[in-house]
Amino acid sequence: MSAELRELYQSTILDHNREPRNFRVPATPSHRADGYNPLCGDRVTIYLTLDGDGAIEDVAFQGSGCAISTASASLMTQALKGLGRAEALALFDNFHELLTGAPDSSPQDIGKLAVFAGVREFPMRVKCATLAWHAFRSAIEGRSETAKTE
Amino acid sequence: MSFDVERIRKDFPILQVGTGPPLAYLDTAASAQKPQPVVDALGDFYTRHYANIHRGVYELSADATARYEAARDKVRAFLGAAEAREIVFVRGTTEAINLVAACYGRTHIGTGDEVLITALEHHANLVPWQQLCIERGAKLRVAPVDDAAHLDIEAFEALLGPRTRLVAATHVSNAVGTRVPVRELIRLAHARGIPVLLDGAQAAPRFPVNVLELEVDFYAFSGHKLYGPSGIGALYGRAELLDAMPPYQTGGGMIERVRFEETTFAAVPERFEAGTPNIAGAVGLGVACDYLSSIGMEAVERHEAALLAHAERLLGEIPELRVIGTAAAKTGVLSFVLDGVHPHDVGTVLDGSGVAVRAGHHCAQPLMERLGVPATVRASLGIYNNFDDLERLADAIRRCLKLFA
Repeated sequence: MSAELRELYQSTILDHNREPRNFRVPATPSHRADGYNPLCGDRVTIYLTLDGDGAIEDVAFQGSGCAISTASASLMTQALKGLGRAEALALFDNFHELLTGAPDSSPQDIGKLAVFAGVREFPMRVKCATLAWHAFRSAIEGRSETAKTE
Repeated sequence: MSFDVERIRKDFPILQVGTGPPLAYLDTAASAQKPQPVVDALGDFYTRHYANIHRGVYELSADATARYEAARDKVRAFLGAAEAREIVFVRGTTEAINLVAACYGRTHIGTGDEVLITALEHHANLVPWQQLCIERGAKLRVAPVDDAAHLDIEAFEALLGPRTRLVAATHVSNAVGTRVPVRELIRLAHARGIPVLLDGAQAAPRFPVNVLELEVDFYAFSGHKLYGPSGIGALYGRAELLDAMPPYQTGGGMIERVRFEETTFAAVPERFEAGTPNIAGAVGLGVACDYLSSIGMEAVERHEAALLAHAERLLGEIPELRVIGTAAAKTGVLSFVLDGVHPHDVGTVLDGSGVAVRAGHHCAQPLMERLGVPATVRASLGIYNNFDDLERLADAIRRCLKLFA
């Protein structure tokens, strides 16, 4: 198996695919949004609960998709918890930079999300990794239409 | 002529690229690779023979016109049609079906009428009829398939009613490979005076098709799946039906006489070919028809049947693999899912082993829903595939299962 494939499917990603974290429907989420990738049919629903200051108190998801999209949604829920809205959207920007930026760019403050660096070698899979994030952005911005990667 | 796959492989430059193992190209149902004669024909046409057609009085234009019309006759012969004017050049199967929906559908289908399709259809033979029905106040009826993706003929017959104005069915399912018993469909429809359109995108490149023997009314196929160029395809229509149809698009090339007040349209097939067509594409498609005819479509059919049987044997040895679509009659396509691995991940991992397959819904979302899978991995066959390609597929699937175990 090639080095690129090993980098793409590293153990953290396989683990989060097998056992996605925060894969549940919260009782009383304050925001929710759906994401859909028309190219491959992957679907995700993101549930947010914001506290009084607008910070993310809880984030959970449901859906079905490939290992990259499932693991990305799972790791996203962990990364977002406790962040304010501006911080969360900045994290999405940094994550996007990791997936699509120049090979030598190394975005700051992405923590565990760095495991997705291998996706850069697979442009066809960038949308898998960003699907949950697009849905998250729709949810926090209070938009009702399904977020699409296309 | 006997079928020699190793000799055929030499005709395909893309299989000779690089120094590593050759590409195991198992996505011919999406688009076929091109043999050298087709590649050369495009270069030769643009280098030596190019001009617009049906216009110039100069020799180069007359020559280009003759080559374009010769290509039409090659397509006619390939499909076994009686007259070249029954062949309309289009962009591909999608445009051919849209043309029939627009020109035949709008004039023959009205409020309360019905169009009957099957549950196996590619979106290209579904959405045009659905939209036409919405526009005309007509009803789209769908003949169901069983769990094996085999068409339910009795249900099909029961759905043929007094208001059925057209049957549109695929000849071979692009998603799961089911070979539809089209003779039976046509017999049942014609017994009630209902015309039949067949989507031949997957069938025409895989076995002999003779529109006269089938007695089919419309037959559509794409050049790019038939080892020809992309952006060109053909619609066969019985002359009597085409003659009675209004134009598709209007403009240059499809007129007889134009005044500011009115226009007299050209005869078929020019009536349906407004604007400058894909001239080189048509010439390339003619060469692709010649190429397949020189091999023999009976030989192509035997080769692909042997490949499919071998693939079913090899993949049948993998317990975590489930074949989707197990109709008794199948051609050219093997769709499957793996326990615990999403089709897109399978596609990416297989690509890492030089095995190109398609993963997804294959533009047949309602069929996927009926069969209870969001997506499948699809390995599809072509004339250049050999047993080695299939063994590499099986090995790569095992590696994929190990990675995700």
